[in-house]
Amino acid sequence: MNGLVIRQPGLLSLLQDRGRFGQAGLGLTTGGPMDPIAAAIANRLLQNSTQATLIEVSFGGLEVEAMEDVQVAITGATLPVLCDGEERPMWTVLSLRAGQLLNLGFSEHGCRSYLAIRGGFAIPKSFGSTATVVREGIGGINGQRLSPGDELPRTPAKPTPALWLPPAHRPQYPKRAIVRVIPGYQQAAFPRLEQRRFYAGEYQVSDRCDRMGYRLEGPVIACDLNGILSEGIAPGAIQVPADGQPIVLLNDRQTIGGYPKLGTALSLDCIALAQLRPGATVNFSPITEHRAHNALHLAQVFEQSRRYETAPG
Amino acid sequence: MSDYPQLHIAGESALIVYLGEQSSPEVSARVQALGEALAQSMADLLVDLIPSYASLLVLFDPLRTDHFQVSQLVRETASNLPAQTVTTGTLVSIPVYYDPECGEDIEALAKHAGLAWEEVAKLHSDQEYRVYAIGFAPGFAYLGDVDERIAAPRKATPRQRVPRGAVAIADRQTAIYPAPSPGGWNLIGRSPLRMFDPQAEQPMPVRVGDRVRFEAIDRDRFLALGGEL
Repeated sequence: MNGLVIRQPGLLSLLQDRGRFGQAGLGLTTGGPMDPIAAAIANRLLQNSTQATLIEVSFGGLEVEAMEDVQVAITGATLPVLCDGEERPMWTVLSLRAGQLLNLGFSEHGCRSYLAIRGGFAIPKSFGSTATVVREGIGGINGQRLSPGDELPRTPAKPTPALWLPPAHRPQYPKRAIVRVIPGYQQAAFPRLEQRRFYAGEYQVSDRCDRMGYRLEGPVIACDLNGILSEGIAPGAIQVPADGQPIVLLNDRQTIGGYPKLGTALSLDCIALAQLRPGATVNFSPITEHRAHNALHLAQVFEQSRRYETAPG
Repeated sequence: MSDYPQLHIAGESALIVYLGEQSSPEVSARVQALGEALAQSMADLLVDLIPSYASLLVLFDPLRTDHFQVSQLVRETASNLPAQTVTTGTLVSIPVYYDPECGEDIEALAKHAGLAWEEVAKLHSDQEYRVYAIGFAPGFAYLGDVDERIAAPRKATPRQRVPRGAVAIADRQTAIYPAPSPGGWNLIGRSPLRMFDPQAEQPMPVRVGDRVRFEAIDRDRFLALGGEL
C-alpha cells in the first residue's frame, strides 16, 4: 500500500476535506476543518487541490508511519514534530522515507493542527465529502475518528518543490479572542441591558467545548423567549439556553434547534475560538453585516498575499 | 399572510426567512415551495438551505453576493409563488409495532390521557402526518401534528440510549429515531423501516413536505420485516 498508517491517533484525529454542503435537508451537518485557514495552507504548501483530504489533529499526539516516500506538511496549532526522533519544522514541506515514523507532540499554542499529504488522502466520499462527523457516523473511515492501524492511501501525485511559509506569514494562536458578532435571529427578544451585558462581559471557554460548539461561562444572559419553533442554525450562531450561558455553534452543530439566538459569530473569529482551550478568555463585539463582509474580503486578499517561498536548506 | 415573509440576518452569509408565526401545513408548504424556487433563482450563489416548521435558512456564498442582493432575490421569489400552495408531498407508509414491549412509555402516556394503550396506538396510526423538518440527527424527521389527546411533553430525564427505529411522541410531534441516540421523547412502538441508510441510493424514505401514515403491524410481521427487539 501507499500513503500513511496511523500508529497513535492522539486525542482526536479526523479526516477532513472542506466540509459537506447541500445536505442539510437530510439533517447532515457541515463538518470540515475547525481552522480552514491552517488546513488550506497545508494543502497549498503541497500544491494540492483546495478540496484535498487531510488530517485534523486536536491537541496533538498523532503518530504515523510512511508506507512509501511521501511529502507532508504540518500547520496550525504549534506542536513539536519529530521524524524518527529528529526534530522537524512545521509550515513547510517535509519529505518522509518509507518506514519513517512521524510524531506530533502535544499542542503548545492553539489546539487544532493539520497534517496534509502530497496528493491528498484517497478516501471515498459520502454525501459529496470525506469530512468525518463522528456524531453522525459519516465520512472519513466508517464515520469514525482515526485509530491505530488505519491505513490512509493517498492520491498519486508527483513530488512538489519544497515550499515553506516564512515565520512572519504564519497565523498566530493567541490565548484569547475577541469574537465579532453579527446581531440577528432573535436578538430583539434579548432586552437591551442583556445585550449590553453580553457585549461588555468577559467569558471563559468551558470544558464543554468540542466540534459541535463552544460553551462559554460568564455573565448570565436572559431572554424574553424560553424556546422557539425549531429553525435552521447557521455556522457560528450563538444560542442562549435557559441557563443563560452562550454556546457558539461550530462545524458539527445540529442543523436545526429551538433555543433563541442573539446573533452569529464571524467565521474568521470562529477559527480563533476553535483554537482556544478551556479556560481561555473570550469577548464579544457587535458588527454590522457590512463590516463582516468587508472583513471577509480583506481576509481573502490577505490569504492571497501570504508569501510561499522555497524552503531554506 | 401579509406580514410574511419576514427576513432576519442570521450571520455573515445567512438570512432566515420566516413564512408564518406558527407551524401549519399551509406554512410548511410555503417553506417547501420557496426552497424549491430559491434553489432555481439563486443557482450557485446558494450554499445550503435548511427548511424547518415555519422558516427557511438560506446560506449563501459571502464572497459572491451579499444580504442586500439575497434579500431582493428572496422577496422577489416569494412574491412570485402561487398564493395557495397545494400540498403535493408523496404519501409514505411506515410500519410500526405498537406494544409496551418496545414502546416503553405507551402505558404511562395512555394512563395520562385516560385511554388504553391500544387506543393510543389507534389514534397515532389513524391519521396522516406531514414531514415538517429533518434535523437533530441525520434522517430524524419531525412529523406533525399528533392528535391532542395523545400529545405528551418530553420526559424530564432523557434516556441515555433510544434504539434505532423507536417511534416516539413529544408534544404534538412524532418521529422515528433513525439511529441509536440519547432522547427525551415518549416511546410508543418501533418501526422495522430504516429512516436513514447512508449506503442506500435513496438514504431516507421521506423528505420535508412528504405525508406519512403509520401502519400498525404485529410482532411477527415486525420481526419478518427485519425489526429488532
